[in-house]
Amino acid sequence: MSLFRRSRIRHTRRGTYRVELPDGERDLLRRLLPQLRPLLAGDDPGDGRTRRLRQAAYTDDDEADADYQRLMREDLEASRLAALDAVEATIDATELDEQQLMAWMGSVNNLRLVLGTMLDVSEELEIGELPDDAPDLEAYALYTYLSGLLGEIVDGLDHG
Amino acid sequence: MATNALALGRETIDAVTLLPVPATGSTAPAEVDQPTSDTHVAPDLPWIVIVWNDPINLMSYVVFVFQKLFGYSKEKATTLMLDVHHKGRAVVSSGSREKAELDVFRLHEHGLWATLQQDT
Repeated sequence: MSLFRRSRIRHTRRGTYRVELPDGERDLLRRLLPQLRPLLAGDDPGDGRTRRLRQAAYTDDDEADADYQRLMREDLEASRLAALDAVEATIDATELDEQQLMAWMGSVNNLRLVLGTMLDVSEELEIGELPDDAPDLEAYALYTYLSGLLGEIVDGLDHG
Repeated sequence: MATNALALGRETIDAVTLLPVPATGSTAPAEVDQPTSDTHVAPDLPWIVIVWNDPINLMSYVVFVFQKLFGYSKEKATTLMLDVHHKGRAVVSSGSREKAELDVFRLHEHGLWATLQQDT
């Protein structure tokens, strides 16, 4: 963020985090998060949008990976859903503790992982270079917004 | 890896918590090893955890996750992130198979592309 603008997410002397987001952004997240829920819950394992949410741990041993997935999948889904619950419970909060802000970080990144997979983004993504009539322009804009928000969250958590 | 203009300003991260599980009501960090960098990557340990480059995860996010999960310094976490970014992959931890699986789980939990394999 600019040196001349106060961070919207910042550490307080009390050890908490001040979160100054306008209502519009909170409303946007409020609408997005329920859409993420069934994807995190793995309701449809064949859903290509969740490819980055269900990764292989072993790439050279299918049997080992099947064992790993069997043991870990449920915990992974539960962890992500718990984070989602924590964000939804604090969506209007202006002050979060570290654990809550970590939940925001994880959930915003999970949204990015799904959106980025849907858009098949590349590292060189520059939304300004997309034509005005590009399909998915709104999704790109959303992805860009979420990337900025994630950066602000990380910056806030990484207070010096 | 995606770039992010936001610079990180902290050298160390003291707390280690995973994504919270509020249902338990617990605020205790997960009980995991918090190895320091030099003792962590020992050549005689057989399993290695690899993080692979991907176009979605932000550089600042990856650095933060490495610090948070492994207790690495900002410098070491940044070096590992840049290795992932430029070389396509980096070994971020090693140890027993069980520990490597847990590390992979925690990296997956944070959305990073991680795998483990025996270090031949």
